[in-house]
Amino acid sequence: MDLREVEQFLFREARLADEHRYEEWEALWTPDALYWVPANNDNADRMTQMSIIHDNRNRIATRIRQYLTGRRHSQVPKSRLRRVVSNVEILGVEDGDTVVGANFVLVESRERGTEIWAGRYTYRLRTVEGEIAMAYKKVELVDNARAIATLAFLI
Amino acid sequence: MTEVTDAVGPAGRPSGPAARYDELIQPRRVHGSLYTSPEIFADELQQIWYRTWVYVGHVSEIAEPNDYVRKSIGPQDVIMTRTADGEVHLLLNRCAHRGNLVCEADAGNSSSFRCPYHGWTYRNNGDMLGYPFHQGYGGRNKLELGLGRVPRVGVYQGFVFGSFAEDGPTLEQHLGEAKGEIDRLVRLAPEGEIELSAGFLKHRARANWKLLAENETDGYHPQFVHASIFSVAESGIGALYGEKSTAVTRALGNGHSENDLRPEFRRLGVPLGWFGTTEEKVPNYVKAMRDRHGDSGAEEVLIEGAPHVMIFPNLFIAEIQLFAIQPLAADLTVQHVTAVQFKSAPEMNKRMLQQCVGSVGPAGMLLADDTEMYERNQAGVAELRPEWLDVRRGVDREEIDERGLTIGGATDETGMRGFWSHYKHLMTEGRVR
Ligand code: FES
Ligand SMILES: [Fe+2]
Repeated sequence: MDLREVEQFLFREARLADEHRYEEWEALWTPDALYWVPANNDNADRMTQMSIIHDNRNRIATRIRQYLTGRRHSQVPKSRLRRVVSNVEILGVEDGDTVVGANFVLVESRERGTEIWAGRYTYRLRTVEGEIAMAYKKVELVDNARAIATLAFLI
Repeated sequence: MTEVTDAVGPAGRPSGPAARYDELIQPRRVHGSLYTSPEIFADELQQIWYRTWVYVGHVSEIAEPNDYVRKSIGPQDVIMTRTADGEVHLLLNRCAHRGNLVCEADAGNSSSFRCPYHGWTYRNNGDMLGYPFHQGYGGRNKLELGLGRVPRVGVYQGFVFGSFAEDGPTLEQHLGEAKGEIDRLVRLAPEGEIELSAGFLKHRARANWKLLAENETDGYHPQFVHASIFSVAESGIGALYGEKSTAVTRALGNGHSENDLRPEFRRLGVPLGWFGTTEEKVPNYVKAMRDRHGDSGAEEVLIEGAPHVMIFPNLFIAEIQLFAIQPLAADLTVQHVTAVQFKSAPEMNKRMLQQCVGSVGPAGMLLADDTEMYERNQAGVAELRPEWLDVRRGVDREEIDERGLTIGGATDETGMRGFWSHYKHLMTEGRVR
């Protein structure tokens, strides 16, 4: 995987999340998916500690189905979102997956007010039938140890 | 119209700018200003948060001698410590010299706290240990300044509560009928002990704390607020709060309330059905429970499941999820939430953690939507007309049960009314109204 290709994937993933294109976003995941937003500590043990999000493939599907009912109140109306993904680096290869790091800043606007979310993404990407797919996305929020507002969109 | 007048408090009692609570709180409705007025919020701090028993933490968070963890009572920062001799203390995180924070870590192990500003040190029971350059104070041991302490600390089944009042009802008196609900939780643990070891999510709500407390045993909203997740996760929870449900809402006295779901679970008669799992999936846990309670005892415990109880003013136990409600301003509240863990039950703990993470906190499939409701409610209440919020649901069909407690149907506002009658009592007690 070259950096250009990886960046294009990350930018597309970000855009699908920002635009609440739930099904297309879900289709980016591999069957062994792990979508993880730790709490309190970037490296908390997710098997024994509370996480903000800790979704396997099944739970990602449930989350998406919940949005698709149109009655996920914390996203009705949907947050207006735009994020910048930057500082993209290929960090190495692990078990055949390309490990990628990037920083992000995201502005969320809803009636409650405007929130700024920021942090670091770590991805594990692999090529499946000629397309890049993601097996792992970890989101280290800079304020994950503080009280945070409802985060009901795809971060 | 209501008037806000100055109250004259008896000597020695903090007197706030008391509103006419007897007018603002009526049997079938409560006034909107109770959720929005900064003066009423300040008054609540004095009359409720800095006076009655407030849940602070759990002994498992400071399991070892000299462990400490930072907690809170309302906006106050509190350090919960365990001294070397095992005693639990609640200290205010404020240096006696010039007010600096003496503890900036979230948790740790230390027999003392050293203020980073000028180096004053304190034992973990709050006593002063020493200060540098003592000639400036006339010599060593001349100052008797310690950390502020929460005067009364009470522990029930490992749950630590603090009260800023030097005297008043004991913790056991305050908990009253709610004790039985805590007992129901701990008896689900194979060794009769729970642990809060998973860390807390801290979820901010731009809403008054009472909207959260009222919602915790509101069985009217789940079918609407949580319809999205009930429908896609094929959860049976929605039906528990339906019109046909045999579950009841009970005011437990002292502002505590519960949704007693046992009648429904007994009717279904499935061990662990309340948790959405089966005995086969957690065989070691079930064996440990049978060893402890006997076959039929274990059957009963596992069928009846965990409590769903709101303990006034800030502890909410929603089956396997534990919330501490922290008010920060009239329109700002933090929900601290963690998964209940059972001592020596790794199989169950993993499941309880995963279920809890899916449901609660900022991204939770349940709580994000509740919090959205609190915030919209707050926005609505800020509108001045109409002035009142209605709490009459089920008022004409309430009954008194064999324990002398008021019960209503699964969707009735019985718990809310219990909350308000105790609130009114605390806010007016000992004052000229
Ligand atoms: S403020 Fe703590 S030592 Fe001066
Ligand atoms: Fe709810």
